[in-house]
Amino acid sequence: MMIDWEVVIGLEIHAQLATRSKIFSGAATAYGAPPNSQANLVDLAYPGVLPVLNAEAVRMAVKFGLAIGATIARRSIFARKNYFYPDLPKGYQISQYEHPVVSRGSLNVLLDDGTAKTVGVTRAHLEEDAGKSLHEGLANATGIDLNRAGTPLLEIVSEPDMRSAKEAVAYMKKMHTLVRYLEICDGNMQEGSFRCDANVSVRPRGQEKFGTRAEIKNLNSFRFVEKAIQYEVARQVELIESGGKVVQETRLYDSDKDETRSMRSKEEANDYRYFPDPDLLPVEIDEGFIATVRATLPELPDEKAARFARDLGLSVYDAGVLSASRELGAYFEAVLAHLGSAHAKLAANWVMGELSSALNRDSVEITASRVSPAALGGLLARIVDATISGKIAKDVFEAMWAEGQGADDIIEKRGLKQITDSGAIEGVIDAVIAANPKQLADYRAGKDKLFDFFVGQVQKATKGKANPAQLKDLLKTKLGGSA
Amino acid sequence: MLHNLSVGELAERLRSRELSSVELTRHFLGRIERLNPALNALITLTADAALAAAAAADRRLADGERAPLLGIPLIHKDIFCTDGVRTSCGSRMLDNFVAPYDATVVARLKEAGAVMLGKANMDEFAMGSSNETSYYGPVKNPWNTAKVPGGSSGGSAAAMAARLASFTTGTDTGGSIRQPAALTGVTGVKPTYGRVSRYGMIAFASSLDQAGVFARTAADAATVLKAIAGFDPLDSTSVDEPVPDYPAMLDAPLKGLKIGLLREFFDGLEPRNAALIHDSLKVYTSLGATTVEVSLPHLPLSVPTYYVVAPAECSSNLSRFDGVRFGYRCDQPKDLADLYKRSRGEGFGPEVKRRIMTGTYVLSAGYFDAYYLKAQKVRRLITEDFRAAFQQVDLVVGPTTPTPAFDIGAKMDDPVTMYLNDIYTIGANLAGLPGISLPCGFVDGLPMGLQLIGPHFSEGRLLNAAHLYQLATEWHTHAPRGYE
Repeated sequence: MMIDWEVVIGLEIHAQLATRSKIFSGAATAYGAPPNSQANLVDLAYPGVLPVLNAEAVRMAVKFGLAIGATIARRSIFARKNYFYPDLPKGYQISQYEHPVVSRGSLNVLLDDGTAKTVGVTRAHLEEDAGKSLHEGLANATGIDLNRAGTPLLEIVSEPDMRSAKEAVAYMKKMHTLVRYLEICDGNMQEGSFRCDANVSVRPRGQEKFGTRAEIKNLNSFRFVEKAIQYEVARQVELIESGGKVVQETRLYDSDKDETRSMRSKEEANDYRYFPDPDLLPVEIDEGFIATVRATLPELPDEKAARFARDLGLSVYDAGVLSASRELGAYFEAVLAHLGSAHAKLAANWVMGELSSALNRDSVEITASRVSPAALGGLLARIVDATISGKIAKDVFEAMWAEGQGADDIIEKRGLKQITDSGAIEGVIDAVIAANPKQLADYRAGKDKLFDFFVGQVQKATKGKANPAQLKDLLKTKLGGSA
Repeated sequence: MLHNLSVGELAERLRSRELSSVELTRHFLGRIERLNPALNALITLTADAALAAAAAADRRLADGERAPLLGIPLIHKDIFCTDGVRTSCGSRMLDNFVAPYDATVVARLKEAGAVMLGKANMDEFAMGSSNETSYYGPVKNPWNTAKVPGGSSGGSAAAMAARLASFTTGTDTGGSIRQPAALTGVTGVKPTYGRVSRYGMIAFASSLDQAGVFARTAADAATVLKAIAGFDPLDSTSVDEPVPDYPAMLDAPLKGLKIGLLREFFDGLEPRNAALIHDSLKVYTSLGATTVEVSLPHLPLSVPTYYVVAPAECSSNLSRFDGVRFGYRCDQPKDLADLYKRSRGEGFGPEVKRRIMTGTYVLSAGYFDAYYLKAQKVRRLITEDFRAAFQQVDLVVGPTTPTPAFDIGAKMDDPVTMYLNDIYTIGANLAGLPGISLPCGFVDGLPMGLQLIGPHFSEGRLLNAAHLYQLATEWHTHAPRGYE
């Protein structure tokens, strides 16, 4: 009998906090600097140096906690996680263990099938990143780059609430949106600013007890998260069905081979000997601080989507897309500021359509768009006031994108202004009818489809400038009325 | 002689220009050259830099500057990082380590114009009570060179007793200032935890370590403490509490001072030692103080508690010495594990290894609750005992050590007996309290110490009590033979 397997997934997301300096030292956190140029004596763990907590990192963690409706610990404690590794200069990582700054929050995720799901967030804690070992270009040696050592991380641990790789990706994407909304993380996954570990297990559907889980380390793209989980689920199911047992272990995903490999088992796991770091005082957070941080919270993605749907009449899908990034939402609202909210649907279609494809095609960030929100609003206003048709508007948009001019200049220069003078349109219609007697006869004999032929001929003659609605009305009258 | 003058007296001569800092510095450098070989109190001598600093101090003095430590020579314990100068921490591990920065204590004294003569010998990584664990060999006690000077700041204490500097710095994690001060007959002050910055002081046990001072007198110690104390943004555990004008508090009358006699300190105390403490109390009652017996019921647990907490922290603090970035690295490591094992195996001495292993053990899964957590609970109980005592009395007194200085080599094979030497000093560290050890007499020709412990941030009152005791007695003026 085939067993119906249920997949259980929990994610640990590491979001690099966008502070200017490190979590316990004054060194800069900018990415891509020459090796060890951003590691000071504290990062290098010189004898005698001491960590000093960066208050900005705490503020960001609290901001995150408030955004997911979590409990903010009034007192949280930094602990030392002890292990030896060359990229860990102190021989311990400063992290939060028993008393994290954020606990018990949740995140709403919209799934592909349109249903919503709430994923629990167990905790989020502050910790420092390690450095990097470099092997390339070094013969018989390993280089250590400690630029990243001490970079602040927020580790966001979810409940085991996700039931498929797609759900896990949807959750991770939503978290990615949120941290960028909050401006606490730049979300750059190539640079490792946003990455995750996935805890994956399977159990027969209906069974309450979780299966034994494997932890897949260091996934730094949405695609890898999906593929790694899919591979791991298939591996576990196959293993169990062929009489084997899943062992608790840490696995690594190899994206070239699309498979996960064992790194170390539970038995080989380090004993980290956590204990409170005596160099750092407990972090005390009072109501006043929380209130100050709360006041800096932006409108969150869910709130924005709800407002777009409610106030602007957008579909849930459109509202979701337009609120998925803070910059996209801001652009859209700036267009509306010029166009008026009555035309929100038109603006939404254009921002999600023409604009987004142009940005994608040329790999331009929306904040650097060659067509500004005001310019796009100006173009759409010409559709609304019937100066041009939607079809012509697409050409005008391309010209604006290429030349950087405003819509009106391009319409004027190219003579694209729509013909709305009935007399002029009638003249063209008459000429077209006169030139096509056979088609006229066929149409009148009942070949209705020929109506589109006449529309095409008229637009051809006017270079598409005839107002489409007027054209249709007049043509209908001419073709039928004088019969 | 210049080396017997107090910091205050020397400062006056320097200001009046009847003495220059260069002359004074040369005087001490000459004594070090002559007397140190028999003592081994210094690891590094920085004579040229000292003379340059002295010349700079003389220029400032000539400009009329009147800072209290301007031009005064000192020796730093080799646990403090000194920019451009080897900072060994008494270990082979750091024998080649030249610190690239100054510890806050060093920077503050430099700014005050004090002149560093060199770096003092110490127990390796401050782990020891006899200065026998140093990679650079034991320090001899100037009172009897067959005896230990105490530890871990044994070099600083011996240098002070031998009059090799006007004052010296030390650190006290379980008694490492007070115990050697007692065994060498000098004044040693361990301030409240957080009173002096730990930045640049190589960590042994972070929650216990505190920098302090050895001086000829309590008055000198007050001057030095004022210079080094105070909040440091680089040390999160330093306390943002104003620094009182300690020298101005020295002469406050002791009438009405309530002194608590620590019952637990006298249980089984050698009668001659006990007699010295009781004599000291008579001095205090003659100055108007009253004495009452107080009890700290959990104090007998302080040694085992300390030997869980301190090793736990040290096992983690010393992980950074891995042969990768600085310090000792083994020859031709085969691989990473070999690099770690041999660099640490060869770089650390036996006592350091013993404590790292103990600390690793007590933090391990399955033992953490029984040792580390339990020790933290007892630590709180000891702190509570002190708090309760200080509701009855202003300060508590007792002996600093159970016995006078012991023979070099006598306890090296028996760590537990060695650890018990700190039985009277550890409590103050566990509770974070300030303490002072003062010379209070001799047993078998060796100096003994009187210990005063006060509530948090009571350094002013402690120095005041110590100063008035020294005005009434002359134990602190005795110099070992050959070092007068």
